[in-house]
Amino acid sequence: MGITRRELLGWMAAGAGAGTFLKKNAWAAGNHHFTGYPKSAGVLHDVTRCIGCRKCETACNRVNELPAPETSFDNLDVLKDRQWLSDSRLTVVNRYFPAGTNSPVYVKTQCNHCLEPACASACFVKALKKQPTGAVTYDESLCVGCRYCMIACPFEVPAYEYHKPLTPRVMKCTLCQPRLEKGQLPGCVEACPKEALTYGRRDELIRIARQRIDKYPGRYIRHIYGENEMGGTSWLYLAGHSFGALGMREDLGVASAPSLTAGALAVVPMVVSVGVVLLTGIHAISQRKDKVAREEQQEAVNRAREEAEETMARKLADQKRAADKEKEAAIKREVEKALAESARENQPGDPAGEAGGREG
Amino acid sequence: MIDAFFTLQEFMIHTKAIAYLLMGAALIGLPLFWCFLTGRDEKKRTY
Amino acid sequence: MEQTQAVFPVKGSIYTPFNIITGIILAVGLVLTVLRFTGGLAAVTNLDHHNPWGIWIGFDLLCGVALAAGGYTTSAATYIFGLKRYHSAVRPAILTAFLGYALVVLALHYDVGRPWRLPYPIFFSQGTSSLLFEVALCVFLYLSVLFIEFSPAAMEWLGLRRARQLVVRLVLALTIFGVILSTLHQSSLGALYLIAPSKLHPLWYSTYLALFFFISSMFAGLSMVIFESTLSHRFLHHKMDAEHLAESDGVALGFAKAASFIMIGYLFIQMIGLAVDNDWGYLATGWGAWYLLELIGFVALPAFVYAVGVREKNLRLIRWTAAWTVLGIIFNRLNISVIAFNWHLPSSMRYFPSLMEIGTTLFIVTIGVVTYRFIATRMPILYAHPDYHGEE
Repeated sequence: MGITRRELLGWMAAGAGAGTFLKKNAWAAGNHHFTGYPKSAGVLHDVTRCIGCRKCETACNRVNELPAPETSFDNLDVLKDRQWLSDSRLTVVNRYFPAGTNSPVYVKTQCNHCLEPACASACFVKALKKQPTGAVTYDESLCVGCRYCMIACPFEVPAYEYHKPLTPRVMKCTLCQPRLEKGQLPGCVEACPKEALTYGRRDELIRIARQRIDKYPGRYIRHIYGENEMGGTSWLYLAGHSFGALGMREDLGVASAPSLTAGALAVVPMVVSVGVVLLTGIHAISQRKDKVAREEQQEAVNRAREEAEETMARKLADQKRAADKEKEAAIKREVEKALAESARENQPGDPAGEAGGREG
Repeated sequence: MIDAFFTLQEFMIHTKAIAYLLMGAALIGLPLFWCFLTGRDEKKRTY
Repeated sequence: MEQTQAVFPVKGSIYTPFNIITGIILAVGLVLTVLRFTGGLAAVTNLDHHNPWGIWIGFDLLCGVALAAGGYTTSAATYIFGLKRYHSAVRPAILTAFLGYALVVLALHYDVGRPWRLPYPIFFSQGTSSLLFEVALCVFLYLSVLFIEFSPAAMEWLGLRRARQLVVRLVLALTIFGVILSTLHQSSLGALYLIAPSKLHPLWYSTYLALFFFISSMFAGLSMVIFESTLSHRFLHHKMDAEHLAESDGVALGFAKAASFIMIGYLFIQMIGLAVDNDWGYLATGWGAWYLLELIGFVALPAFVYAVGVREKNLRLIRWTAAWTVLGIIFNRLNISVIAFNWHLPSSMRYFPSLMEIGTTLFIVTIGVVTYRFIATRMPILYAHPDYHGEE
C-alpha cells in the first residue's frame, strides 16, 4: 500500500503548518531573540556606597585560595596607583577623583559575567561556559591555553598564569559558583560592610537599581552600567559620576560578542558547499574549452590538409593536361613531318636526292 | 522540536555543530555525485 | 656563482657561512625551547594580561599562513583553471605551503599554554561558536591535504611507483578541497578579530575583515611564489630542469599580472569598508597616516609597479615588487595583530616583542629554510624525476 504523490504533499503541508504554530518567540530564521536563563543571578555594585576598604579583595583571596598579595589588602595606600586584575587578583578596588569632586570614588571591578560572554563564544574547547546560575565558569581540564578569550573580552578581564610552564590557567572571578551551589553568597558580597554589593536575580537587581535612581536622582546618574553593554552583564553598576571617569569603557556598544561573529560563521558552510560546486564546474568548463580548442585545431589541421591535397591534385591534373597536350602536339608534329616526308618521297624528280637517301 | 535555547551562545554552539557535520557530508557527497553524473562521459584522451 | 658556493660547498666542507649562521640560530633556538618549557611563557615572552598575543601569533601564525598561500593559488591556476604553463611552479609552492603550515603548528606548540591539548578542539570538545575552532579544523585538514599533495615528490625519490600513482589520481579533488580550506582559514584568521571591535583601530576593524584577509592572501601567495623563485634561481639553479627554467619567466609575468589586478580590487574593497563604517575622519589622524602608508605604500604602489613590469615585460622590476608586496602583507598582519591592536592603551601598557620571542621566531623560520633546502636538493621539486617524466 503505497502513498500517492498527493497524499505525500498533503502530509508535508500539514507538518509545515503545524510547525509554524509550534514555534515560539519569533523563531523565524535570522530573527532570533534570546532572553537569558530565567532566575539567572547577578550582583549590583552601588559605587556610591563603596568606601574602598578592600575587604572584598581579602575575602576573594581567601575563598579562592590565592597566593598572598605583595602588599596586604589592609594597605590602602596602593590605591594611589591604578590597580589591575591579574592571575592572583580576581577582583580589584580602584580609587578615582572625577572632575569636580574633592572626595574619592571607589569602584570594585571583576569579571562581569556577561549574558552572552565573549570569552565563551571565543573558546574553541568550550572551557568557558555561561551557567544557568548566572556565573561564567572556567574548566581548567579542557583549556589549551590559546588565550583567545583574553583577546575577546571587551573588559580585559581574564588573566593568565604566564609564569607556569606546564599547568597555566586562565584566572578570573567565578562568581563563587561552588558557594552559590551550596546556597552561600559570593565571598566579596558577604564581606562588604557597606552593602555596596547586592546579590540577587538579575531582573530583581535592575528593578532595585531603577528604584534607587528614582528615589535619589541627585545621587545617581540615570544609567545602569551592564544593563545593555555588550548585550548585558550580570554584574550591574550604579554610580554618581559618568562611568568613563571611573575607568569603565562607555564605547562598547550593545551588540553581544557572539552576534559580532555570527555573520562570518554563517558564511563558512556556504563557502564549502558553493565552493565545491563552483570549482568543480570551473574545472569542467576549462577542460571542455581545452577539448573544444583541441578539436577545432584538429579540424583546422584536417581542413588545411584537405585543401592542400586538393590544390596538389588540381596542380597535378593541370600539369598532366599540359603534358598530355604537349605530347599530342609533339605527336601531331611528328605525324605531319612524316606525312610531309612521304609526300616528298612520292614526288618524281627529287633534285636533292634526300628522299632516295632515305630508302628503307 | 521545540528546543529551548536561553542564550545566543548555546544556540550557536548547537547550530554550528550541525552546520559542520553537514559540511563534512557535502565534501563527501558532492564528489560522489559528480562521479555519478560524469560516469558515462567520453574518456579524456591524453595522447 | 659565489652565492651558490656559500650555500653549497664545492670542496665538501660543511662549514659554509650559511651552515654556520643557521647552526647558531638553531642552537640558540634549542636553548630558548628549554627556557620556554621550564620557565613558562613569562620566561621568554613579553606577553601580559592586556596583550595575550604577540609576534608568535602576529608573525609566525598570521604571516606564516598568508605567505604559504602560494600553494593554493598555484595549484588552483594549474589544475582548476587549467593553465598548464604554471605547472613547474606547483611543486615548489606546495612544498613552501606544507613547510609553512607545519611550522605554524610548531610555533603554536610554543605559544599555547598546554600544547599537548592542541587536538582537544577537534577531537574532544568542539567549541563550534568560535572562529578559532574553524581555524584549527581547517589548518589541521589543510596540513593533511598539503602533505598528501607533497608526497608524490617524496615517493618519486623513494621509488614508490604504485603509491605515487594512487595519490596522483587524487590531485584534482585535493586541489579543490585545498582551495576551499584555504579560503576558509585565510578568511577566518581575519574573522578572529571581529569579536574585539573595541580593541582594533577602526581603520583596520571592519565587518569585512574576513574578506580582506582572503583577498590579500591571494596576492600574498602569488608574490611569494615569485619571490621564492627568485631565491631558488640564485641558490638552487643547478637543481632546475629545462621545463622549470623555460616556464619561470612566464610564471613571474602571469602571477604579477594577476596579483596587480587583485591588489587594485583590494584597494576598492578597503575603501568600501571605510565608507560602510564612515571612517574617513580617521584618515586625518596619525593612525590614518600609518594606514595610508600600508595601503598606498605597500598595496597601491606595488600594484602599479607590477603593472608597469607586466606591460614592459621587465622581470627584474617584477621580482623586486614581489618582495615589496610580501613586506606589505607582513606589515598588514602585524598592524592588525600587535600594532593597531590595543591602540587605545597608554604606551606604557603596549606590547613589544622580547629578544627571545624574536629569537624563537627566527629559529622556526630557519628550520623552514633548512628543511626546504634539504628537500629541494634531493627530491624532484625544481625538476621532474626522469622516471616519471611525462606522467602527471
